[in-house]
Amino acid sequence: MYEKTKYLMAGDRALVMEFGNAISEEINNKIRSMTAAIEAQNIKEIVEFVPTYRSLMIHYNPLKISYNQLKNTLEEVEKRLGSIELPLPQVIEIPTLYGGDYGPDIENVAKHNQLTVEEVIKIHTSKEYLIYMLGFTPGFPYLGGMEERIATPRLESPRTKIAGGSVGIAGGQTGIYPIDSPGGWQLIGRTPVPLYDPQRETPILLKAGNYIVFKAIGEEEYMEIEIAAKKGAYHCKSYPKKHGGDEHGTN
Amino acid sequence: MGQIRIIKPGLLTTVQDLGRSGYQQYGVTVSGVMDNASARLANILVGNDEGEGLLEITMLGPEIELLEDMVVAITGGDLLPVLNGNAVAMGKSILAKSGDRLAFRGVKNGCRSYVAFSGGIQVPILMGSKATFTRGSIGGFEGRALKTGDILTIGDPGKPLNLLIGRELRESWYEYNQTIELRVVLGPQADAFTEAGVKTFFSNAYAVTNECDRMGYRLEGEKIQHKKGGDIISDGIAMGAIQIPSHGQPIIMMADRQTTGGYTKIGNVVTVDLPKVAQAKPGDKIVFKEVALEEAHRLLRELENKIEAFKNQCAGKERLVINSRKFHLKVNGKPYEVMVEELKS
Repeated sequence: MYEKTKYLMAGDRALVMEFGNAISEEINNKIRSMTAAIEAQNIKEIVEFVPTYRSLMIHYNPLKISYNQLKNTLEEVEKRLGSIELPLPQVIEIPTLYGGDYGPDIENVAKHNQLTVEEVIKIHTSKEYLIYMLGFTPGFPYLGGMEERIATPRLESPRTKIAGGSVGIAGGQTGIYPIDSPGGWQLIGRTPVPLYDPQRETPILLKAGNYIVFKAIGEEEYMEIEIAAKKGAYHCKSYPKKHGGDEHGTN
Repeated sequence: MGQIRIIKPGLLTTVQDLGRSGYQQYGVTVSGVMDNASARLANILVGNDEGEGLLEITMLGPEIELLEDMVVAITGGDLLPVLNGNAVAMGKSILAKSGDRLAFRGVKNGCRSYVAFSGGIQVPILMGSKATFTRGSIGGFEGRALKTGDILTIGDPGKPLNLLIGRELRESWYEYNQTIELRVVLGPQADAFTEAGVKTFFSNAYAVTNECDRMGYRLEGEKIQHKKGGDIISDGIAMGAIQIPSHGQPIIMMADRQTTGGYTKIGNVVTVDLPKVAQAKPGDKIVFKEVALEEAHRLLRELENKIEAFKNQCAGKERLVINSRKFHLKVNGKPYEVMVEELKS
């Protein structure tokens, strides 16, 4: 993390607060705090913001506020960050059916790492993954913190269509495809919960700065949740993240 | 309520508005019109809110049948619009009758036209916007470009149509040149380039390649030198950001850009010059000129004042005109169209 946050111009309607030049939980935490503090301030000249791995892009209305005024306001907010009580990040439980047709590559992952399928599931479900940012497609979470023990290279030849909800591994990363898309991830399972549903009151399920945890479910439960989710009657379990973090994925 | 029917869809005809803001933090692309000023002016011309849903058409225009009387205005690039085969003036609100056919004959200048209908195009509002994002099948008409046979609903204009006709943009809002000058504010990663690289960028012309669409414009020209390559840890991308990956060629990011990206951005095209990008075609040449942020903001205020003044002028006219009627006259065998407006004294 930089000692002093960098303020960068991104054209005449956006500025970037850059907090560091690395992918780290510490930097991302600062972004989450800053985002929450700005939201609490309700600065109406701000149109929207985009948190990323190590920066926060702020789109503003230059007809209402100058760059320098906005920068001063943000510096003030940043100074007071330490004294603001922030809600704890949430951990959202993602029910996932592993293996079979839903996760056709789970055996690749097991074989590559000399594990059993059960061990892969156990390792994958044992961690709370930080949502560093959303991007690429609506609702796609860039997750951090997967165990090296289940890291597996991408498929040599990408699939042309991967079903929305598919859970996969690509190198040292894990993720969920929100919508049908092509891709080369090793698919290990699928969740019946839509990450993106434009008709839902909250179209995007996840938010940067929160965490997700995968929970293994059976086929029957998958079907039940799928039906309930279609009616808008399924809500993921969530709970505040415990302090001290589970750095190594072992609660 | 009226309707329009798409007889031929053209190259790429979509329902757009001023974009889907507020959801970029969730990875949702802003989309919306490429040429913001032209779209707003088209809506003002037909008496709509500036941000109403309208059609963005690209190069090869569609053919559209109007199924109800309505007021129509076309702005932006001139794609040679015709109504029932007769040329239609750009930048002017006209009354079109039920059964009339609007078509486009080819590119005179620019690349994208905006067609506004009094009452606006009615499609579901998704995440606060009517904009179509075709890559994600989001918004607009069924999340896609229009096809033959599509029937779109047009809203109620809320006032008599004869109060909306005869509005006109009397001056041209920008010139179409084959060499386009774009003013640029440096940043956020201008310091990722060598001094020579920045100099190269500002002192050479870059050609628009065939790879130019609503997502971005790939340009080609003198290679721009980085200090240490063009990759960064992904951060946000504003409209008009000029991304330069390691290959050293610029890409101007436009309406359908992804929300975040991992390439260095040398600078950002100023807002008032974005319509020039939207109207640029393959083969056009682009030169970049550095301006200070304050200058970009001054230019923006100037443009906004001009749009506001035009809006007030239209609203003023609306209040004055109590009634207007059109007559078809023949003088010495030649047909004339005469409009008589009854003004409030």
